[in-house]
Amino acid sequence: MSNQGKSVAKASAEHVYDSGLAVIPADAIKDPGLEPHRVRMTDKSEKHEKAAVRQVAALFILSFLGSAFAIYAYYAFPIVEDLGSVRNNTLFLGLGITLGLLGIGIGAVHWAKTLMPDAEVSEERHQARSSEADRAAAIEIIKLADQESGFSRRKLIRRSLYTALAAFPIPAIFLFADLGKDQTEHLRHTMWKSGTKLVKDPTGVPIKASDVTIGSVFHVIPEGLNEKEDKLEEKAKAAVLLVRLDPADLKEDPARKGWSYDGIVAYSKICTHVGCPVALYEQHTHHLLCPCHQSTFDVTEHCKVVFGPASRPLPQLPITVDKDGYLIAQSDFTEPVGPSFWERNN
Amino acid sequence: MSTAVKKPGFLAERANYLDERVGVAGILKEFGRKVFPDHWSFMLGEVALYSFLVLLLSGTFLTFFFQPAMTPVIYDGAFGPLKGAEMSVAYESTLNISFEVRGGLLMRQVHHWSALLFVAAAGLHMLRVFFTGAFRKPREMNWIVGVVLFVLGMAGGFTGYSLPDDLLSGNGLRIIDGMIKGVPIAGSYISSLLFGGEYPGTAIVARLYGLHILLIPALILVFIVVHLFMVVIHKHTHYSGPGRKDTNVVGYPLMPVYVAKAGGFFFIVFGVIMLVAATITINPVWNYGSYDPSPVSAGTQPDWYIGWADGALRLAPSHLETYWFGYTWSWNILLPIIVLLVFLVLVGAYPFIEKWVTGDEREHHVLDRPRNAPTRTAIGAAGVTFYAVLWAGAATDLLATNFRLSLNQVLTTMQILLIVAPFIAFFVTKRICLSLQRKDQAIVLHGRETGRIVRMPHGEYIEVHEPLDKYEMWKLVDFKDYKPTLARPNAEGKITVSARLRAAVSRFYFEDRIAPVTAGELAAAHSHGHEEHAAIEAPKAEKAPAKKAAAKKPAAKKASAKK
Repeated sequence: MSNQGKSVAKASAEHVYDSGLAVIPADAIKDPGLEPHRVRMTDKSEKHEKAAVRQVAALFILSFLGSAFAIYAYYAFPIVEDLGSVRNNTLFLGLGITLGLLGIGIGAVHWAKTLMPDAEVSEERHQARSSEADRAAAIEIIKLADQESGFSRRKLIRRSLYTALAAFPIPAIFLFADLGKDQTEHLRHTMWKSGTKLVKDPTGVPIKASDVTIGSVFHVIPEGLNEKEDKLEEKAKAAVLLVRLDPADLKEDPARKGWSYDGIVAYSKICTHVGCPVALYEQHTHHLLCPCHQSTFDVTEHCKVVFGPASRPLPQLPITVDKDGYLIAQSDFTEPVGPSFWERNN
Repeated sequence: MSTAVKKPGFLAERANYLDERVGVAGILKEFGRKVFPDHWSFMLGEVALYSFLVLLLSGTFLTFFFQPAMTPVIYDGAFGPLKGAEMSVAYESTLNISFEVRGGLLMRQVHHWSALLFVAAAGLHMLRVFFTGAFRKPREMNWIVGVVLFVLGMAGGFTGYSLPDDLLSGNGLRIIDGMIKGVPIAGSYISSLLFGGEYPGTAIVARLYGLHILLIPALILVFIVVHLFMVVIHKHTHYSGPGRKDTNVVGYPLMPVYVAKAGGFFFIVFGVIMLVAATITINPVWNYGSYDPSPVSAGTQPDWYIGWADGALRLAPSHLETYWFGYTWSWNILLPIIVLLVFLVLVGAYPFIEKWVTGDEREHHVLDRPRNAPTRTAIGAAGVTFYAVLWAGAATDLLATNFRLSLNQVLTTMQILLIVAPFIAFFVTKRICLSLQRKDQAIVLHGRETGRIVRMPHGEYIEVHEPLDKYEMWKLVDFKDYKPTLARPNAEGKITVSARLRAAVSRFYFEDRIAPVTAGELAAAHSHGHEEHAAIEAPKAEKAPAKKAAAKKPAAKKASAKK
């Protein structure tokens, strides 16, 4: 029934390949050959043919009109103060061009389908493999080249060439060194210092502890950030979320007892997963949620991870108040903020 | 042509000029009547190619206006709500393209929509190639080129939508920065090199711009040229059908039919993109505001083709980080990256795996119907399901809010589905394929059900089956069939591990198999039902003239002629 594993013999002079696990049945049903061609209406009826010609021409003319309309629309729908004009400009210019393009496209395809011959033709394929003579000739050329250059014979040249080739791309790697400085040290520090006022983001207004009611949230930056030259870089590390809870809800670690002020706690806003701002606060669960990958942190327990792909709690900023009652930082964060990095070593 | 005595016309003179300089007649003789098979699924790759051309055209327009600089400026343009806001030059120039250049917003939308279409069409094209087995010898290398093109498409898309320096794209870059930092040893160095120091820095937009408008499109172009060059060398595959063999190609000639069809199709693709761009807003960066590391909008989503990568990040379980040897190993980032890379490598390696199993060295130019390669189709379905769950994983928050579900439960469900769903998809798909094959087999052997019930003289009722005509039948029996192998000893009489493995994998592939119907089986089936046939077809012959005149089907004619 099957000559599994054996080769298929072909009538042509083409190379005979191993058919592997293929089953070649001895009494397969025979290929009946190409189906007889079905004549289209446009082939046998002059009326239909002429109609098709008119349709194709109409589509091309429609395309011409569309392109003309696009030029008209460019001037007829200028962009003025009113933002609705942007929409009209986009819409009518776009529709004109659309008509110009679709008219050509549909017309050409319609032409091909109705008026050009639709009888399928068959063309021979040949195996990609070159003829035996060509393969022999190619091998001969390689051998000759090897012999003439002495590539195989002259080991010294060959090996020194390999050495040179291995070394030449390496300077290119060094060229990239000046793309940026090593920042691992900068990743460990932020703008926060002892005594830095907590101010509102983005206005820079200082926050009085008495203004922070229970349950409220403040987006906070260090005072003076807006005046910094590299303020985006600093903000990308120093952004903080300030929340006031009922002190009874806080389950504070004794070691961090003094880091909060009367139920007010401040945590880094930069997610410890990949660095999105953890901007969503759910009041009744006291959870902070990162909108990018849904890492969830529990504010009552030092922002430990309760859900999502993050691994580490959000770093806490130790805070207190100054003599005027404004919230200030006791120090910088005690650990690097934001996503983990290789040298972080927690 | 018919007027050989006349002076050569304008075109003939130009053609002669070209031929005498570059030998254009020879090229035309070689390629002018090249045959291309016709099928709608062959147009998916064309859509990808044409949307790439639209990307080049619209992208060039955008470069005339876009300024890839992160220098801060105070906005004083046409868009009122942002007047007086501080932003980067890149964002400002994007707003200017949208609100001050006529047709600027249109071109931005054409560019973005065609980028989405490019990756989508390339992906669907890959699926078509996979499920029809078009990657088999001699096209394995072209499959790899295609996988590379798909990845380059994603890279082109990501570097592109990061350029406007708006809040959404900035957060996308922040995620990339976080991922890079999680890479062992070199992560923090690569991050600071890429961003020119600390994130976000002032260099990244200009650097991505260089990649986006030069390096990536150049690479895509080179790989497209290689891709199409190989298509010309191999000639296009065709679906199985009467007269279609591994040694020929059946279709229409390039000139004039394919010049008109494919050329026209370019205009259709361009036209549809233009229509969508003219009517549907995409990436309204003016709503997001300029980039600021502190705010973020809820429900942030990347462009669709990055979704599966974002989903992989989201589905990683909590607390995966470890601290070994004094360093931080961020498995919550590494694991998703490894999963994505392994998936891509498996996709790229699939043709070689299948060839190792079948051991089939022959060239294959007739495509498989997916049902006729049940295990491959099932593997493909499992892969698609895996990708789809990752992709849906990027929308856990939106699924939860829109359907009022618990976010945590949605995510946990996705994590389970990521592991379980591919197995279900595999099993279900394989069974469906085998059932469809059995259905085909039954149709070949017993003909099509006609719904005509005939009462036999002795009172039995029988449904009349109409035999297939030979062309229809050929479509159902023309497929390659493989049989599992046993682990055989090699020349030294040893059964190697690889032989055992191959035997096991071949069983996995081909244990459940349905062979194409042979001529002998067909004859046997016909003679088996002969008595019934004779009984049924006698009365049928009487009724036939009236019925057949109306139906006029070649199949029906043949059936009555045989009798």
